[in-house]
Amino acid sequence: MSFLTGEGMTGGYGGADILHDCTIAVEKGEIAVVVGPNGAGKSTAMKALFGMLDLREGQVALDGEDISGLTPQARVRKGMGFVPQTSNVFTSMTVEENLEMGAFIRDDPIAETMDQVFALFPVLAEKRAQPAGELSGGQRQQVAVGRALMTQPQVLMLDEPTAGVSPIVMDELFDRIIEIARTGITILIVEQNARQALSIADKGYVLVQGRNRFTDTGAALLANPEVRKSFLGG
Amino acid sequence: MEDVTNAVILILNFLFVPGLTYGCQLALGALGVTLVYGILRFSNFAHGETMSFGAMISILAMWWLQAHDVSIAPLPTVLLALPVGIGATILLCLAMDRWVYRFYRRRKSQPVILLIASIGLMFLMNGLIRFAIGPDDRVVGDGERFIINAREFRRATGLAEGLAIKTSQGITVVVTVVLVIALFWFLNRTRAGKSMRAYSDNEDLALLSGINPDRVVMIAWILTGALAAIAGTLYGLDKSYKPFVYLPLLLPIFAAAIVGGLGNPLGAIAGGFVIAFSEVSITFAYRKFIAYLVPESWEPEGLVQLLSTDYKVAVSFVILVLVLLVRPTGIFKGRVL
Amino acid sequence: MIQANRKPLLFAAMLVLLALVGFMQSWSLALAILNLCLISAVMALGANIQWGYAGLFNAGVMGFAALGGLAGVLVSTPPVTAAWAAGGAGILKSGGVVLVIIAAVWFVMRRWRPPFKGAVAALVIAVGFFAARAVFDPAVEAIEAVESAKTGYLGGLGLPILFSWIVGGIFAAGAAWVVGKVALGLRSDYLAIATLGISEIIVAMLKNEDWLARGVKNVSGLPRPVPYEVDLQQAAWFQSLANSLGSTPIDLSSIAVKLCYAALFTVVLLVILWFSETALRSPWGRMMRAIRDNAVAAGAMGKDVTKRHLQVFVLGSAVIGMAGAMLTTLDGQFTPASYQPLRFTFVIWVMVIVGGSGNNLGAVLGGFLIWFFWIEAEPIGLWLMDVLTAGMAEDNPVRAHLLESAAHMRLMTMGLILLLVLRFTPRGLIPEEKR
Repeated sequence: MSFLTGEGMTGGYGGADILHDCTIAVEKGEIAVVVGPNGAGKSTAMKALFGMLDLREGQVALDGEDISGLTPQARVRKGMGFVPQTSNVFTSMTVEENLEMGAFIRDDPIAETMDQVFALFPVLAEKRAQPAGELSGGQRQQVAVGRALMTQPQVLMLDEPTAGVSPIVMDELFDRIIEIARTGITILIVEQNARQALSIADKGYVLVQGRNRFTDTGAALLANPEVRKSFLGG
Repeated sequence: MEDVTNAVILILNFLFVPGLTYGCQLALGALGVTLVYGILRFSNFAHGETMSFGAMISILAMWWLQAHDVSIAPLPTVLLALPVGIGATILLCLAMDRWVYRFYRRRKSQPVILLIASIGLMFLMNGLIRFAIGPDDRVVGDGERFIINAREFRRATGLAEGLAIKTSQGITVVVTVVLVIALFWFLNRTRAGKSMRAYSDNEDLALLSGINPDRVVMIAWILTGALAAIAGTLYGLDKSYKPFVYLPLLLPIFAAAIVGGLGNPLGAIAGGFVIAFSEVSITFAYRKFIAYLVPESWEPEGLVQLLSTDYKVAVSFVILVLVLLVRPTGIFKGRVL
Repeated sequence: MIQANRKPLLFAAMLVLLALVGFMQSWSLALAILNLCLISAVMALGANIQWGYAGLFNAGVMGFAALGGLAGVLVSTPPVTAAWAAGGAGILKSGGVVLVIIAAVWFVMRRWRPPFKGAVAALVIAVGFFAARAVFDPAVEAIEAVESAKTGYLGGLGLPILFSWIVGGIFAAGAAWVVGKVALGLRSDYLAIATLGISEIIVAMLKNEDWLARGVKNVSGLPRPVPYEVDLQQAAWFQSLANSLGSTPIDLSSIAVKLCYAALFTVVLLVILWFSETALRSPWGRMMRAIRDNAVAAGAMGKDVTKRHLQVFVLGSAVIGMAGAMLTTLDGQFTPASYQPLRFTFVIWVMVIVGGSGNNLGAVLGGFLIWFFWIEAEPIGLWLMDVLTAGMAEDNPVRAHLLESAAHMRLMTMGLILLLVLRFTPRGLIPEEKR
C-alpha cells in the first residue's frame, strides 16, 4: 500500500485531457521522481495530486484515505506540502515572515520547526530578516522549500525545484532534498534535469504525453538504454 | 537677527503647519486608497464620498450629543461622535463590498470594471449624502479653536510674526501619528496583518498557505472604512463640512498614493507629504518672507508666487505625471501592472 | 432576430418619450432636450470609440469638451485689436520662450552625459519658467486691462463658428496626444487618473487665464450658424407661416431655430457614426478589436499596442472636442464654470455603459436615454415626491425636506442606473455584435 497514490488519473484544465490514465505512487519515506519531455504532463500530474486540477477519472489517496475531493488547503492540513515552480515566495516579506506564513494553518508554536528549517538551510538563518525578493535564485528556492516544510508535512511535493538555477546550486538543492527525506518525509519531485533527479530517486516515472511510459527504480531507469537515448542524451 | 526669526516663524505658520496638516489629511486618505489597491487590486474612486459619509455620520452624532449638552471642551465634541462615524462607515464599506464589488471579484473582472462600479457608487453616495444632510456648509468644530493663538504668541515672544496652531491641526497630526503607528504595528507584528501583506504580495501562494481570502478582504474594508471616516471627519473639522468638498480631493489623494507607490502603505504617507508640501510651497506668496531677509531696496514688488492658488490642482497632477514618466512604481516601488 | 428588431424599437421608444415631453410640457422644451441629446450622443460616441475599440477609460471627458468650447471662442469672436497691440507680442514671445525651453530640455535629456543630467534639466526648466513669466505676466496684465468689463482678452479669428467644430476636435486631439504619450502603456487605472487630472487643469486654466477667454467672466453672444429668433419673427414670410400653422411668430421662431440646430447636429452625428462604423468593420477596426480582446497575443504578433491605443485615444478625444464646440455653439456662450466632472465625464460614461459598451449605435442610444433622464429626473422626482407625500400636511418638515431634495435624486438615479446596468446587463441595451 503506497503512502501517496494517484491512480488512473485522467483530466485536464477544462478543454482537452492532458493526463491519460496516469498512475503515480510513492512509498513512505521514499524519493520519487517524475521526468519526461516538455509538455508530458509532469507538472499537471503533480497538480492533480495536490488538488489544483479536476480529475475526470481516477482518484488520489493519502495513507489509505481517499482525498480526491479535497481542496488544496484541506490536503495541506492532511499533511501534504507543495512547492510551486514559480512565484513561490512572498518577495516583499522577510525570510522569517515567509516561514511564518508557511505555518499559517498551524495553531501550535512554530519556533521549533523554524529552528529545524534554519538548521537545514543555514544560509536562511543568516538572512532571516532580509526580504525574500533580494535573495539569489538558489536561496529563494530554499525559502520556498522551507516555507512548505513549516507545516511539518508527511509528503513534500516539489515542482521543478532546480529550474533556472546553476549546476552547483542544483547539486546543493538535491543534497538538501536527500537530507529532508532522511528525516522521514516522503518526497515527490517533478524535474527537467532527468539525469540528476533520477540519480537520487528510489522510484522514477517517465511520462510521455500524459501517460506512464517507464516506471522503475531510479538506478534502473538510468541504466535503461531506451530511456537514456530518449531523455538523457545517451 | 530678529528679521530672520520673523521669517522663520512666517514660514512655520503659513507654510509648514498648514503643509503638515494637509499632508496628514492626504496621507490618511491615500492609506485607504492604497490598502484597497493592494488587497482588492482596483482604484476606488468612491473613497472621497466614503470620507464624506463618515464625516456626515460623525456630524449627525455630534448634533445629537450637543443637543444633549454633552461636551468635552476644550476638545471638539465631534471627536466623541467619531466612533459612531467609524462604525457606520465600516458597515457601509462591507455592504458595498457585499452588494457590488464581490460580484466582480468572484468573476475576476478587469480592474477597470471595478473602477466604473466605484464611480457608480460615488454618484449614489454623493446624492444620498446631499439628500440626507443637504448641500450647505456645516461648521464642525466647537470647543477651543487654538492651541497657540497668534496674538498670544506675539505677546509672549515680542516678535512681529505670530505662530498659530489650531486645535484641529494639532488633533490631525496627533491622530495621524497614532493611526500610522497602529497600522504598521498591525501589518508587521500581527498574524492577521502579515496575512494581508502576504495576500497583497502573492495571492495564489497566500491561498495555498491557507489564508482565508474573504477574511483578508473584510479586514481591508474595515481598515479602509475606519481610515476614511477619520480622514473625512478631521478634514471637516479643519476646514468645514460641505458634501462637495471631497470630490476634488480625489486627485491629490490618488496622486499621493501613486507617487508613494500604489499598494505600499509607507508610500501613501510619504506621497501624502510630498504632494501636500509641494502644493503649499509652490502656491505660497514669498514676498513677505523675502522682505524679512533682504535689504529694503531689494524687496520684491509682486507676490512672488510661483503659481496662483487656483492652480493647486495642477501641482499634484504635474508631480503625478513626472512620477509616471520617470518611475511609475513610485518612491517605494508599489505595483504597476 | 430579436437583436435586429431591438434597435429600431428602442429608438422609437426614445422618440415617443420626447413626444410626451412635447405634449405634456412644451414642444420648445422637447426640441431643446433633443438638441442636447444629440450633442450628448456625439460625446458618448467619442468616449465609446476609446472604450469599445481599445478598452480605454477616459475620466477626463470634461476637459476635452471644454477645449472644444474654447475653440468656439477662439475661432468665432472678433479679434480685440487693442488687446493684441497691448500684449499680443508679449504672449507670443513667452510662448517662444516655452518652446525654446522644451527644446533645451529635450536636448539635455538626449545629449548630456550623466552625472547631473536630471539636475541640469531641472535647472533649465527653472530658468525657463522664470524667463517666460517675466515676459508673460506684464503682457497678461496689459491685455486684461483693455476694457475688462466687455473684453479684456485677445479675442478670436472672427471666422464662422462652424469651423470651430473642427478646430475643437483638433485642440482635444492635441491634448489627448500629450496625455496618451504619458499615461498609455501603464495600467488602465492610471490613464483614468491622468485624464481626470488633465481635465481639471484644463478647466482651471480656462477659468483663470482671462486673457485667453475671459475666464469666469464668460464670453457671451457668440455668433450663430442659424438665424436669430428676432429676425425670423420680423420676417413677413415667417409671420404668415406662423398664422397658417395656428401658432404665433414668437413660439414658432423658437421652435424653428431649435429645428435648425437639430438638423445640423443630426448631420454631424450621422457623419461621425458612419465613419465610426466603417472604421469598425475595416481591417483596422478588426485589428483594434483583436488588440482589445487579447493585447498580449497581439503584441506577440508584432502589433504595436501602445501606438494603436494612442490612435484610438486621440480620435475619440477629437470627437468629444467636436461635441464640446457644438455645445458652446448651441449655448451661444462659453462658461468655463459649467464644466463639472459629474455633469460631463461621469454622465457620459453612464451613457456609454447603459447604451452598450463598445457598440456605437448603443452609445448614441445611451446618449439620448440618459440625457433625457438627467433632465427629466428633477421634474419626475418632484412629481414622485408630491405623490408620495400627498398624505402629509403642507408644513410637514419631512415633506419639505423631501421636496427640496428631489433635485439630488438625479445623482442617486444615475449612480443606481450605472450599477444596475453594469451588473445585470453589462453589455448594455444594444450589445456589441459578435463579428
